[in-house]
Amino acid sequence: MIALEKVSFTYRSGQRALQDIDLNIDGGDFIAIMGENGAGKTTLAKHLNGLLRPSEGRVLVDGEDTRKVSVARLSRKVGLVFQNPDHLLFSETVKDEVAFGLKNFGFTPEVVDKQVTRTLEALGLSEYSETSPFLLSGGERKRVALAAILATEPDYLILDEPTIGQDYRQKERLRNFILQLYSQGKAVVMITHDVEFVAESNPKVILLSQGRIVARGQADSVLSKDELVKKASLVRPQMSRLFSELTKYGLPGDVVDVHRARLLLEEKLSEVKVRVP
Amino acid sequence: MAHAPREIIVANSLGFQYVGAKKAAILGIDLSIKENEFILLTGPSGCGKTSLCRCLNGLIPNFYQGEWTGELHVDGLSVTTQLTSELSRKVGYVFQNPENQLFALTVEKDIAFGPENLGLTREEIRQRVDEAMSVTGTLPLKDLAPYELSGGQQQRVALAGVLAMKPSVIVLDEPTSFLDPRTAEDVMRAVDDLRKELGLTIVVVEHRLDLVARYAERIIVMDEGKIVADGNLEETLDEKFDLLEGLGVGVPRVSLLWTMLRGDGLVSGKVPTHVESAASSLGRMMNH
Amino acid sequence: MSLRTLEGFKFSTLKTPVHLLDPRTKFLIVIAVVVPALLFANIYVMIALLLSQVPLLVLGRVARRWALSLRAGVFLSALIFVVNLFTGSYLSAIALTLRFLVLLTSFSLFFMTTSPDDLGLALDRIGAVRWLSRKWLGYPNALSFTFTTAVRLVPTLAVDAQTVVDAQRSRGLELDKGNLLKRVRNYIPILIPLLLIAIRRSLELAEALESRGFPGKEGRTSLFQLRLRPVDYAIIAFSLVVIVASFWIFFHYKIPVL
Repeated sequence: MIALEKVSFTYRSGQRALQDIDLNIDGGDFIAIMGENGAGKTTLAKHLNGLLRPSEGRVLVDGEDTRKVSVARLSRKVGLVFQNPDHLLFSETVKDEVAFGLKNFGFTPEVVDKQVTRTLEALGLSEYSETSPFLLSGGERKRVALAAILATEPDYLILDEPTIGQDYRQKERLRNFILQLYSQGKAVVMITHDVEFVAESNPKVILLSQGRIVARGQADSVLSKDELVKKASLVRPQMSRLFSELTKYGLPGDVVDVHRARLLLEEKLSEVKVRVP
Repeated sequence: MAHAPREIIVANSLGFQYVGAKKAAILGIDLSIKENEFILLTGPSGCGKTSLCRCLNGLIPNFYQGEWTGELHVDGLSVTTQLTSELSRKVGYVFQNPENQLFALTVEKDIAFGPENLGLTREEIRQRVDEAMSVTGTLPLKDLAPYELSGGQQQRVALAGVLAMKPSVIVLDEPTSFLDPRTAEDVMRAVDDLRKELGLTIVVVEHRLDLVARYAERIIVMDEGKIVADGNLEETLDEKFDLLEGLGVGVPRVSLLWTMLRGDGLVSGKVPTHVESAASSLGRMMNH
Repeated sequence: MSLRTLEGFKFSTLKTPVHLLDPRTKFLIVIAVVVPALLFANIYVMIALLLSQVPLLVLGRVARRWALSLRAGVFLSALIFVVNLFTGSYLSAIALTLRFLVLLTSFSLFFMTTSPDDLGLALDRIGAVRWLSRKWLGYPNALSFTFTTAVRLVPTLAVDAQTVVDAQRSRGLELDKGNLLKRVRNYIPILIPLLLIAIRRSLELAEALESRGFPGKEGRTSLFQLRLRPVDYAIIAFSLVVIVASFWIFFHYKIPVL
């Protein structure tokens, strides 16, 4: 479990980025951290693997205080995938790129090879194994970056804005992959402002605004509350906005997912049809 | 006295293949866009949307080398015979990453950059800069450095810089990717307001249809370099829904909902493209 | 040498009397400091040159950042000192180390108080630069523009550099471990992404600029112009006096190290 206890963080410039953050991340958790640009989401993410240490409070990763342990050591358990893959890629081949983390952690060449092959397969990148990562498209490079972090099988996976620039199909694939991961017992934490993606995935949502947690709960309850959503410079998912207009017909207001919306409307409309002979 | 809107963008069998690419990025593009239209250009990743946009302002073939086929005329200019610097007077381009298109040290200097390249007098430049700032609401930002601004402010400044060129067409390539949803909506609304106020023609490339559906009347869908659908947004979503979904286009959730219910036989009528029309259509269905 | 040294060269948008001086004036101040600093190896001269810049640093409100960059430049200063101990006397080592600090301060002051835009405008006025620019790059403003753009990109790239370091550390890269060879090799995963990002940013920027009509057929008209004010003339005159006097003293007297 990653435990953040009353974490506050102020940058050297004096800017206060996080205030009194209390948060637990357990294995099997699927969490979305949302908020306006500048709310502190990335700052929070960097606390989870020790890149940043709290000014006040502490962060415990499986019992270890991040102030006492190196980033290299914490990275074995906490995999942080940065938003822009170009900040990571430097190897001659995709294979080498994915092997980098494994080599840093001191695994034997046999284990490295095996893990690289497995990870590339899991992410549909096997055909690019010998290709230069720089020749791949943007979406493919994002997958290579993800593979590079997953190869070391961290228990906690932190994804920083994984859906930016992706088309719908790529997002679907990502969603399925995430579901697979946390069904394996990993914890997946997603930093995002993609409201529709979150609505369809239904993780637990932590809403950050100006460095503080202003709401936490399931996606459907948090994202359907207008005042909260506005505070975080987000917009309510389409389904929520639609159902706000339909509450006068006796429909609930906390719908965010299309499939639930469909079921509810099927019921309601069938009733209506019955009334009209 | 009204006049019929003229064709402002005309493409005939337009095609382009980048140097060293295995196949053409765009192929056989026939296009006719009229003045003052708001066009949504979409399609799966790699379908050629960005390449098409680059042709519109001459980045292709001036900045990007490759093989060009067919013809493209924008506001009377032929793209193949004009330099980007000439075409930039007619077509403005707003890029996806707000940060990498602004570079001057103050907002004012950045907006002035475009007109400074046009051989205008200092007074004319001053006037254009002031107008552009006033119409985009960026006047209060004028002495700030671009890197001090938020993403949304940066995109507004980018827009102002483009408007100062007084183009007739503005192309925006996924302009809200990096912005949070609220800011993204603000920027889109501002773009539409400008379109109406200044008579501009707008082409927006976007994956998330719901963001633009409220403003775009026409949608052009591309796949593998070709145009596979081109028409009124509502009609296209209505008639070609399965095609769009199959391509992985991010159709608005309300449209998806409607087609599912329509498939069940529970609703009838045109597919709504945004929340308000969906709400009223569903309301009608309930009130029977 | 850490990234903090770069802070001492970064322009900050302030409106101080120093910032408002014409860049050409400020450049002449640099010359007026560099000439005596290079001509003489006298400790008193160095101290005087260093101290004379302090009021400018204070007026320009950049004193704090200059102090920070000095602290970061300690390593290099120590290196110079040690090397000169071997090749000269103890006193000359001090003088030369001070000279390094004087030069560092002078350039630091210049870059912290002169905006790259104004630099560009100033460069554009120099006939030689325009001629060279036209020869090499085809347009008279291209050279100065290239230079100022490079300067503008530095703070952005500094942020990118930090992000790359963070990203690679998150993959287990340890920059402070291992022998010298290993440490140098460990910088490859930092330098390659950074280089590519710099190239990518430049290309995107170039695209954006070309989309706004750069470079333009008729050449550029600047909205803003540089203007020399009386205070500029006064300082220019004073600087010229210092430069000429330095050369005169150099040719007529031999000034010892102490």
